[in-house]
Amino acid sequence: MSSYHNSARLSQARKVAIFGGTHGNEMSGVALVNLWTKNGAEIQRRGVETKPFVANPKAVEKCCRYVDTDLNRAFTPENLSAPGGDDLPYEVQRAQEINRMFGPKGSPEAYDVIFDLHNTTSNMGCTLILESSKDHFNLQMMNYIKKAMAPASCLVLLNEHPLLKYSTSRSVAKHPVGLEVGPQPQGVLRSNIFEAMRVILKHALDFIELFNEGMEFPPCTVEAFRVSERIDYPRDTNGNIIAMVHPNLQDCDWEPLNPGDPMFQTFDGKTIHYQGSGTVYPTFINEAAYYEKQQAFVTTRRETLVASAIRKA
Amino acid sequence: AESLLYPDRMEALELVRLPRLSRVAVCGGTHGNELSGVYLVRELLKEKEQRTEKRRAEEELEEPASPLMLLSNPRAIQQCRRYVDTDMNRCFTHAALSGPLSDTAPYEAVRSRELNTVLGPKGSQRAVDLVCDLHNTTSNMGLCFIAYSDSDWICLHIFQHLQRQIPDIPMRFIHFDVSRKESYSLDSVGKHGFAMEIGPQPHGVVRSNVYTVMRAGVQHMLDWVHFFNSGTVFKGGFVDVFTMVKNIDYPRDSLTHNITAAIHPLLQDRDFCLLHPEDPLFQTFSGETLRYKGTEPLYPFFINECAYYEKGIALSLARKRRVMIPAIRVQTEEERQAREQHFTSEEE
Repeated sequence: MSSYHNSARLSQARKVAIFGGTHGNEMSGVALVNLWTKNGAEIQRRGVETKPFVANPKAVEKCCRYVDTDLNRAFTPENLSAPGGDDLPYEVQRAQEINRMFGPKGSPEAYDVIFDLHNTTSNMGCTLILESSKDHFNLQMMNYIKKAMAPASCLVLLNEHPLLKYSTSRSVAKHPVGLEVGPQPQGVLRSNIFEAMRVILKHALDFIELFNEGMEFPPCTVEAFRVSERIDYPRDTNGNIIAMVHPNLQDCDWEPLNPGDPMFQTFDGKTIHYQGSGTVYPTFINEAAYYEKQQAFVTTRRETLVASAIRKA
Repeated sequence: AESLLYPDRMEALELVRLPRLSRVAVCGGTHGNELSGVYLVRELLKEKEQRTEKRRAEEELEEPASPLMLLSNPRAIQQCRRYVDTDMNRCFTHAALSGPLSDTAPYEAVRSRELNTVLGPKGSQRAVDLVCDLHNTTSNMGLCFIAYSDSDWICLHIFQHLQRQIPDIPMRFIHFDVSRKESYSLDSVGKHGFAMEIGPQPHGVVRSNVYTVMRAGVQHMLDWVHFFNSGTVFKGGFVDVFTMVKNIDYPRDSLTHNITAAIHPLLQDRDFCLLHPEDPLFQTFSGETLRYKGTEPLYPFFINECAYYEKGIALSLARKRRVMIPAIRVQTEEERQAREQHFTSEEE
């Protein structure tokens, strides 16, 4: 096997964590982490310490998304350094604790990889969420996973948008990887969704093991969907939603939405059309948790990302 | 002509005359995160208000008595949760509705008494004639009526009417064999009542296809009531009724009580597909198939309903049987008076 002169030399991934229950009602991750906490044989790989972890135990206990505030938005620099201890909202305290255990964020001691397991009510199938287009380790991992899952689909969503990007629980690690699998209602465990998530993780851990053992991964390209814009529901002057996702758009995550296509349907049956300037690829269509975040769906644009060759240092 | 329907019977079922349905209530948001009903009731209230304003502007008469529309659990709706303190749809037993209320009573206990005042009192002559309570489920159940009786001809005729008006939507009539005394849900407050349950829809989400079916269902129900009150004779027929027999819980870890298996992929979404002994029920997290050990084939429903995890229900099972329903029409004024006199003289 020839060596690539431009191979990026990266340190081995020794410390890996799998977060379930960052949102307490996204059941596949909760069930997987509970399973692996009891019996972790399936997630063991040579040379890696893989720790399953329930990120938001109080929310899991109550089977709700969060108790005081969304944990998956809580890892901001302000929150992580906020004084106040017990007076802080539960999730801010929890974020600080997670930062101590798996970080500190941005430091050399931080965990190498955190897989953050999520479910969505949207028909997104298997989706990997990438936070940086320059994370070659993650790009190579996602390329590996996609090829291993083929012909089953596993798409990559890139959220690098300066305004729409948010401070996730996984962002504490050097290489944060989001797993989003749907559709699954909140509070419900669907076995096909659970198994799909399990398979993605199996391939991800296989990749890490191969990388740690010295395998060289040649340069590759990764098809990704880059987050572009958040689209809210139409609302009246009091802020009440006045229309639903149109039946033609419902469940059509990742399919092209062209200017003029039906987008929303009012409660009395009228159609509202997409008025954008070009074709976009919507996703997170009708996600339950996003009604309060003013988001009916996000638009994305297709892009080919390039990953350099990588090899352990 | 009616006896041709039942060639083996000596006589056809007699036409049944029932009291007028003067007051009808449509309730949404009994569970605050079941959104089709929430948005539908809000929309119907808005449209009614717009019509009222238009009539005032054009100096027309007020609209004839229209159904009472209300949002049952406003606090749960505001928080987009099933309930705040306790499941409101279990608060309507006679026992729960009577007796003193403590200062620390759960929100839903207080609210259910308010609703009983507005729509009831349950069991009295002042109660509304018909309650239609709107619900959604994460289960793949299509449109279901859920009622305590399998011989309430009003509910069964409304169901039959909806089946004919919306033939492309799978519809089932579910019967919970619970006595009037023990009935616990909001729809039991009216003289007649049923829950209209539509799925699949995740909680906290409104799916346009589900909302549209619910809207059509409510509209056809109100149309039927109007026709009934106007004297239409509704011919008898058959309705397949699913009577609940038992529930099955998930297998659980004895220490943590966490579930150790999920609904089997071959059962998921197969509500109302007959379940035979030895058919797959659950798939454990280690891949083992757990099978139905009952001796009788039964019809599963509420398969993997989110809200039932905490109630210890993975699925419910029902027996199906065909119920013959008689022809019905509204009582005339004379018939009604004659009946009242009859009851009065009986009492004397």
